[in-house]
Amino acid sequence: MNGSSVLRKHSLKNVLSIFESRFFSSTSEATFETKPFKLHKLENGPSTTVTLSSEDAIKYYKQMQTIRRIETAAGNLYKEKIVRGFCHLYSGQEACAVGMKAMFRDTDSIITAYRAHGWTYLMGVDPFSVLSELTGRKSGNARGKGGSMHMYAKNFYGGNGIVGAQVPLGAGIALAAKYLGTGGVCFTLYGDGAANQGQVFEAYNMSKLWDIPCVYVCENNGYGMGTSSERASASVAYYTRGDYIPGIWVDGMDILAVREAARFAIDYCSSGKGPLVMETATYRYSGHSMSDPGTSYRTRDEIQEVRQTRDPITSFKEKIIGANLVNIDELKQIDKEIKAQIDDAVKRAKADTEIPLSELSGDIYAKPLETKVRGVSPFESLEHIRIGQAVNLN
Amino acid sequence: MHTAINKYSLVCNATINICGCFKRRSSHFVYHPERISNELGKTSKKNMYQAINSAMDLVLSKDPNSVVFGEDVGFGGVFRCTSGLLERYGKDRVFNTPLCEQGIVGFGIGLAVAGTTAIAEIQFADYMFPALDQLVNEAAKYRYRSGNLFDCGKLTVRTPCSAVGHGALYHSQSPESFYTHAPGLKIVMPRGAQTAKGLLLSCVRDPNPCIFFEPKIMYRLAVDDVPDDDYELPLGKADVLIEGKDITLIGWGTQVHVLLEVAEIANKDFGISCEVIDLVTILPWDKQTVTKSVKKTGRAIVSHEAPLTGGFGAEISASIQEDCFLHLESPIRRVTGYDTPFPHVFEKFYLPNKWKCLQAIKELINY
Repeated sequence: MNGSSVLRKHSLKNVLSIFESRFFSSTSEATFETKPFKLHKLENGPSTTVTLSSEDAIKYYKQMQTIRRIETAAGNLYKEKIVRGFCHLYSGQEACAVGMKAMFRDTDSIITAYRAHGWTYLMGVDPFSVLSELTGRKSGNARGKGGSMHMYAKNFYGGNGIVGAQVPLGAGIALAAKYLGTGGVCFTLYGDGAANQGQVFEAYNMSKLWDIPCVYVCENNGYGMGTSSERASASVAYYTRGDYIPGIWVDGMDILAVREAARFAIDYCSSGKGPLVMETATYRYSGHSMSDPGTSYRTRDEIQEVRQTRDPITSFKEKIIGANLVNIDELKQIDKEIKAQIDDAVKRAKADTEIPLSELSGDIYAKPLETKVRGVSPFESLEHIRIGQAVNLN
Repeated sequence: MHTAINKYSLVCNATINICGCFKRRSSHFVYHPERISNELGKTSKKNMYQAINSAMDLVLSKDPNSVVFGEDVGFGGVFRCTSGLLERYGKDRVFNTPLCEQGIVGFGIGLAVAGTTAIAEIQFADYMFPALDQLVNEAAKYRYRSGNLFDCGKLTVRTPCSAVGHGALYHSQSPESFYTHAPGLKIVMPRGAQTAKGLLLSCVRDPNPCIFFEPKIMYRLAVDDVPDDDYELPLGKADVLIEGKDITLIGWGTQVHVLLEVAEIANKDFGISCEVIDLVTILPWDKQTVTKSVKKTGRAIVSHEAPLTGGFGAEISASIQEDCFLHLESPIRRVTGYDTPFPHVFEKFYLPNKWKCLQAIKELINY
């Protein structure tokens, strides 16, 4: 049922250790077994035996819980009509992002589509800044000018609103890493829906042709908007769809499996072997976006069942408590702190102000031909100005 | 009724919230319903998505060789335009496609060239750019390049466009002028429910490939008396909605309603008589009606939501200048969106609202 099980398999012992762990956590490291990976054109895959330190266990737990809280807050803000525009939630998919990020080195980068809030936070942006971007306020990551789908950070190239459009960009980012000899790889993320866009295959071809260090990550949450993957894709084995590009299937609900796959992918791509496709099998609890209740093309029972049996946070929590890496009270304390942090961020994101009107015309051109923007109102003019500081050009 | 408030809040935005538990946001214009036309038979109150649904229903029921497809259209599409069609006509004729706009349009061209009436939906006009090549190089030129041996005139691409109150960068654009540079296409934008039904039926039956832009804010907000029967409205013909003598105001889609209100204010408060023209078909556009009007009034304003530079207003202004030069009392003015990307929090500032239009009228009258 769960993606992985504790190596020490006696369930009674597990139960006992849960009781023990209420009082103390004694283990500093534990070993787990993940679900087997599926491989495409690879002799060997990632290791299914993974070790986890208690320090990392706490870190990953915190990160996944924070993302879950941010998304819950975002959903509520949208329902209150404080978040306008569009809003796509990542709840259910946390293990994918946290697992990959766990292996990132300073030289690695990532680009994703519109389900970007969690990634933005993982790449170093404060939850307050994420939520302020959603509410369109000046403390937002893009000063409120991007909204839900457009957030950025160092080595994080967005946040892209158009389905599949980020995929060739990811190949380009990876090519730059190769050309500059940074040793970095680019994780290029897209969903099972976007996997059918033609430009994905154009990017596959170029990256294999030139052996570009690009990890194509298909986050398969089962539904491209309101259409299930089986009804949209001739092949749902997304990890094989690079054809001549080797691929790995990984249980995207198990953060440790994703982490191992990411470790493998980074080794593989940075050793000059070219690109890799990685499919993370995951699930989204909410609809595609806030305008989709998410129940007209799947049953409530299906969602409930995933929540109960495969939730990435609950299953990880059980695992690390069972292995004595943390105790329940520690996790409760963490939950409390995260709740307080996000509640505070929500409050501040609501109270923050919008950018001044002068910024409407900010950052359109680097060196505008004229100082004034064309087509503006007869009452006041707008000047071309520069506000943002580029993070990609230094 | 609308207990799931969020469910299509994108289009509910400007409508009265039935539950009344959330703040109502007003739109930047007042909708002017169509007058009832008795010649088209019995009518019923429909909003624009229902009118479009009714048009497609008629096509599917009358033409057995017709199909409707696009992203999520099987369960009604994000704006509900295809609601109930799958149930009525089956999944062989109403079906979901993968998320691949270039593929959807190319597929539609193939269907059409082989003789099937193809109605493709692109979920947002902002998403149609991957299909630009298919539309410009394949659809527009099929007849010409085959010496009329083949054409894809049975293709109609429907797509929601324009501002909606909170759509931000990629759900608000009005990209019609990109496509006007491709002779061979027809480009149409209705101003409300009644025009949407008649024009869509015309597009579907017109022997040329058509792009039908649907101003998405109208889906729920625009309620007209819509004839129940089949009717077609002419393509390539502009509608003179108000006759006037001092200045001609030209727009299409949502902007028509801004201009109608502007004309009322200009008349009431300043005694200026405006002639308001809805261009309706943007390609090929009705030059004669516009020219005739400007020769009469001597002044013209073209207004659209798309940015100024390269907008279709530029084409109209240039043509007026060429054809009406000696009749002009003032320069021709464009009141448009700014030359900026479509802004998120600044939509209200960006849009060519009634105050900007009124100011332009005053300046031209006092020129």
